[in-house]
Amino acid sequence: MARIIVVTSGKGGVGKTTTSAAVAMGLAQKGNRTAVIDFDVGLRNLDLIMGCERRVVYDFVNVINGEANLNQALIRDKRCDDLYILPASQTRDKEALTVEGVGRVLDELSQSFDYIVCDSPAGIERGATLAMYFADDAIVVTNPEVSSVRDSDRMLGILASKSRRAENNLEPIKEFLLLSRYSAERVKLGEMLSVEDVQDILSLELLGVIPESTAVLNASNSGIPVILDENSDAGQAYTDLVSRYLGEDLPYRFLEVQKKGLFGRLFGG
Amino acid sequence: MRLLDYFRASRNNNSASIAKERLQILVAHERSERNKPSYLPQLQKELLAVIRKYVTVDRDAISVNLERIENQEILELNIVLPENRGMNQVRQRA
Repeated sequence: MARIIVVTSGKGGVGKTTTSAAVAMGLAQKGNRTAVIDFDVGLRNLDLIMGCERRVVYDFVNVINGEANLNQALIRDKRCDDLYILPASQTRDKEALTVEGVGRVLDELSQSFDYIVCDSPAGIERGATLAMYFADDAIVVTNPEVSSVRDSDRMLGILASKSRRAENNLEPIKEFLLLSRYSAERVKLGEMLSVEDVQDILSLELLGVIPESTAVLNASNSGIPVILDENSDAGQAYTDLVSRYLGEDLPYRFLEVQKKGLFGRLFGG
Repeated sequence: MRLLDYFRASRNNNSASIAKERLQILVAHERSERNKPSYLPQLQKELLAVIRKYVTVDRDAISVNLERIENQEILELNIVLPENRGMNQVRQRA
């Protein structure tokens, strides 16, 4: 049985797809058979972030409609044998995803995978609610900024009431906070909500803090999940986060202002 | 006091603490709305039907509210009777 993880946020542009790609790659690198699914029907983008956009033949909706089987639609990652991507469809049909259809695909994936990462679209429409419906764990991606924090709290309400676990009175979805685009400098200046502030407001278990980083755009430009950029702060923060998710007790890094040495000053490291 | 605030603000642009305060109030409010029991709208509808058997009242003349203060829950019913019968206001706390 696979563990199903939803990456959600409510607000757009906070780093859900970046996180889904990084977490899925991180889990797979540690030898877990992992599938990552793009739930953003009509606005497919996970394929671009994963760098497999030219290998998409069949998609999630094709599988739901029985036009292709899972093995035809799953794209095996070229860098990691244990990672597979199920791309979203570009259809404009809003009804394309159904509870039964998504349930069937997740059931089938569960037979042969350890982890299924569901990359949720922004908003609270069907794609977003279905991405979280079957989840066991939720990573709530939040930026230290008022609208993102508010939307995250709204998603917590939906996670607690409109999921398979809630409807069947099972143990609730485990919710984790991922704070991204964090700037220790601005927090120090009192210009940005701190990790503690956001935790005070949302009262969530902290899975990790991803610093605002130039590595994220560089990674998406090249179609390489940022976790593979081992020298970057964001890459290391994601590596820590995946280990923490798997039960390791690691200190949180990148929360303090980094003092730049001479080398750093010269080369902008 | 204002002058003091001015100095405080000019010394340190602490917009993060304003954000935190605003969010704490907002999130507390939204969470309390969310945790209201789902039977409230139905209760309101049925109460309205019963009252309408005896008095003609508007749909919005009745409000049902649940407040939570520490361990106590207070269900508040507020029914405004039509004016031509005098300024009656029935208020019950249960």
